[in-house]
Amino acid sequence: MPGGGDSLHRVGPASHTEAAELMRDCADKGVSLRPVGSGTKLRWGRTTPDPDLELATDRLNRVLEHNAGDFTAVMQPGVKLADAQQILADKDQMVALDPPLQDSAATLGGIVATGDSGPLRHRFNAPRDLILGITVALSDGTVARSGGQVIKNVAGYDLGKLFAGSFGTLGLILELTLRLHPLPPGTATATAETDDPDALERTASALAHAHIETNSLDLAWSAGRGRVLARFGGAEPAQQAEAARRVIEDEGLDPVMIEDDAKLWERQRAGQRSDGGLVVRVSGLQGEAARVIRAAEPLGGSVVGRAGLGLYWVKLEHAGVAEAVAGVREMRSHLGPLPCVVLDAPQAARPAMDPWGWEKADDGALRLMRSVKARFDPAGVCNPGIFVGGI
Amino acid sequence: MGFDLVLEELRTICGPEHVFTHPHQLHTFESDGLALYRASPRVAVLPGTAEETSRVVRVCHDAGIPWVARGSGTGLSGGALPHKEGALIVMSRLRTIIEVDLANQRVVVEPGVTNAEVSKAVGPTHFYPPDPSSQIVCSIGGNIAENSGGAHCFKYGFTTNYVTGLEVVLPSGEIVTLGGKELDRPGYDLIGAFIGSEGTLGIATKITLKVLPSPEDVKTLVAYFDGTEPAGKTVSDIVAAGIVPAAIEMMDNMSIRACEDATHAGYPPDAGAALIVELDGSEAECKTRFEDVLEICDRNDANDVRVAADDAERQLIWKARKAAFAAMGRVARDYYVQDSVIPRTKLSEVLGRIDELADEHGLPVANVFHAGDGNLHPLVCYDARNEGEAHRAEELAGAIVTACVDAGGSITGEHGVGVDKKKFMTKMFSEADLGAFQRLRCAFDPEGLANPEKVMPTPRLCGEVPGPYRRHPIEKAGLAERF
Repeated sequence: MPGGGDSLHRVGPASHTEAAELMRDCADKGVSLRPVGSGTKLRWGRTTPDPDLELATDRLNRVLEHNAGDFTAVMQPGVKLADAQQILADKDQMVALDPPLQDSAATLGGIVATGDSGPLRHRFNAPRDLILGITVALSDGTVARSGGQVIKNVAGYDLGKLFAGSFGTLGLILELTLRLHPLPPGTATATAETDDPDALERTASALAHAHIETNSLDLAWSAGRGRVLARFGGAEPAQQAEAARRVIEDEGLDPVMIEDDAKLWERQRAGQRSDGGLVVRVSGLQGEAARVIRAAEPLGGSVVGRAGLGLYWVKLEHAGVAEAVAGVREMRSHLGPLPCVVLDAPQAARPAMDPWGWEKADDGALRLMRSVKARFDPAGVCNPGIFVGGI
Repeated sequence: MGFDLVLEELRTICGPEHVFTHPHQLHTFESDGLALYRASPRVAVLPGTAEETSRVVRVCHDAGIPWVARGSGTGLSGGALPHKEGALIVMSRLRTIIEVDLANQRVVVEPGVTNAEVSKAVGPTHFYPPDPSSQIVCSIGGNIAENSGGAHCFKYGFTTNYVTGLEVVLPSGEIVTLGGKELDRPGYDLIGAFIGSEGTLGIATKITLKVLPSPEDVKTLVAYFDGTEPAGKTVSDIVAAGIVPAAIEMMDNMSIRACEDATHAGYPPDAGAALIVELDGSEAECKTRFEDVLEICDRNDANDVRVAADDAERQLIWKARKAAFAAMGRVARDYYVQDSVIPRTKLSEVLGRIDELADEHGLPVANVFHAGDGNLHPLVCYDARNEGEAHRAEELAGAIVTACVDAGGSITGEHGVGVDKKKFMTKMFSEADLGAFQRLRCAFDPEGLANPEKVMPTPRLCGEVPGPYRRHPIEKAGLAERF
């Protein structure tokens, strides 16, 4: 067991008991720890000094159960989503999550802990909504479970939702029971381009409100030109896309139908991440797409958006440190009070920005969050400082 | 503060006409939808605004008085059962639809607005998916507390999937805003933690909901089988084919007879089981999938399949199903509803076990259930006038819950734990699990005044929160001690 030294130690527990004992040791000794999967989103959140210990999930990497008849699966947090999808696809099933996977490395634990998502969120919602049960280790050595293995269950408090998106600040996720969905037998996409942000927003909104069942509804904007994309899955995807074609035509754009659409959507997902540049996630509404595009454009930014959900990712791919810092400031001043959360950023720019953009230190909700943190991690050793308000 | 002073303050806050203390006034509020449990509060108070709610809660907080919030009182687990030493805070006066923002698919409502009113406010172009059977009466505030589902949640999910923002009065009386119209506000998902917390974390006073565009097409059929086994097999086959119906509901013979008697919906009273399957979505997709469903029914020897020709016939098919609990009064003098969930693949096994248990206890059990998500509603029928029967019914109901949990299921799918099922919590959760739940409760309600003696099997207190980086926090770290 390492002490609070300078170098970053890494430990990979192989069982619940090992994980719990490690965490209790950390709490007893005041050693800070950071749960880590493949590390694809390690820089997200506030920049903090390296913790004393990395608690790696790479040995907790088994698919424990795939109950195909029940459309549920029990997974350890270190399972890579790409691997899980491969296993589930054998039975024509999937976890309805498609965040950018960064060379297929992203793990379920990391995706859940950061609440990351992709285009499928339009229809199937976020990681929080797919968690049926969760087992966690807390810093006092408690191993606790909430939820269950069935898709409908209101017994007890829903800790799965609390831990989803909590960035490892409440404890370590040890096990996830997830709801699965049928893998669509086919997909088809209706798409159209325009150089008018208002026409793009209007068309996307018409698609969002049309009486059609889109699996994904995205938009993209780059260098003065934009695209709206509606993807359908099921037994009759092409016919469903035809209905979308008519909606697009009614809005005055020229629709294109694409059945071999995987690459299109890969590009949408890629728009949510940047290797050295800046990515800011804007929480808005459907009716704010044009406004977000107009805020991004003068900064040289590109945009991908979940048009029906009002979530937008603004990317400044080649931003240097000064541009990134200025870019975040500009976006917040133009788009505030919409939350603008910094995801990727040039490393040197990070200390100069609060990625969460939480301004009101005295906010009641933030006080409540601090209270939750204090109850679940009273020793304050789980990923300290990384979360909103320095939690 | 003496109780008289408390009453005086409550009258000042809400007006004397909204503060009830007389036994005959309080009688109305003695129980919720589960009449088995009754208690009279010391006072029932009906605040008219969020601000008044906050002040009422603060008065209770300062006086150390426990309180229970109540919506329309349709809950089926005794969640709104009053505390006999405390105040009942009735939210039915807060019933304004504050905003309908269809362009952004959002509706902002007060907690006393009914579930059906939300769908009505956004229809016919849009709809609000959670649809508990009591939707005409039940309030959104109650839906938040119970994380209500309904017949269509197999495809569309539960209340928790449709709430983007909450204004909450915390047990301290403080009003906090969680989320908003936008998704993914930074911070913990306290909305997710709050929904389904059964009134133990605070009172929602303003709720922002997401609504969906109405489906292009809806197709409904009811298929009749010799028994629940082939009907159950049909459910499994439909789901295994990758079809996600909007609803799949099953009724056994006893339920069919009771419902048919009550509604004359045209169900053959001799059918062993009826299966309602509803598909919705795009017309093309519905058509293809509906043909698949018909083929699957046929393959599993359905005796007859009735396809709803129009909306009126669909309503009729549903009318029988939604009347199930009320109709049971026609075949049984008293009955006890359970709400257990099982993995769908265990359906036939568990139904067989329930039959055995019913025989052992010498009481009939009718079954209606949300077959898609394995949510059973066994109705244990008895006659309370016969000595010992009520007790036997309760025993049988408990044995059924145990059988469901043993099959990998849950003690409650949508009715909540309340007072009724708290004794079963230890069947599902360990002491450590319950301890973790208590941490959340203590973060919101350190004094334990919000709906105490509900959900948790035994009462717990909140410990002090230690400061950061304490070396030996384990015993006192917010982990409750038992009384």
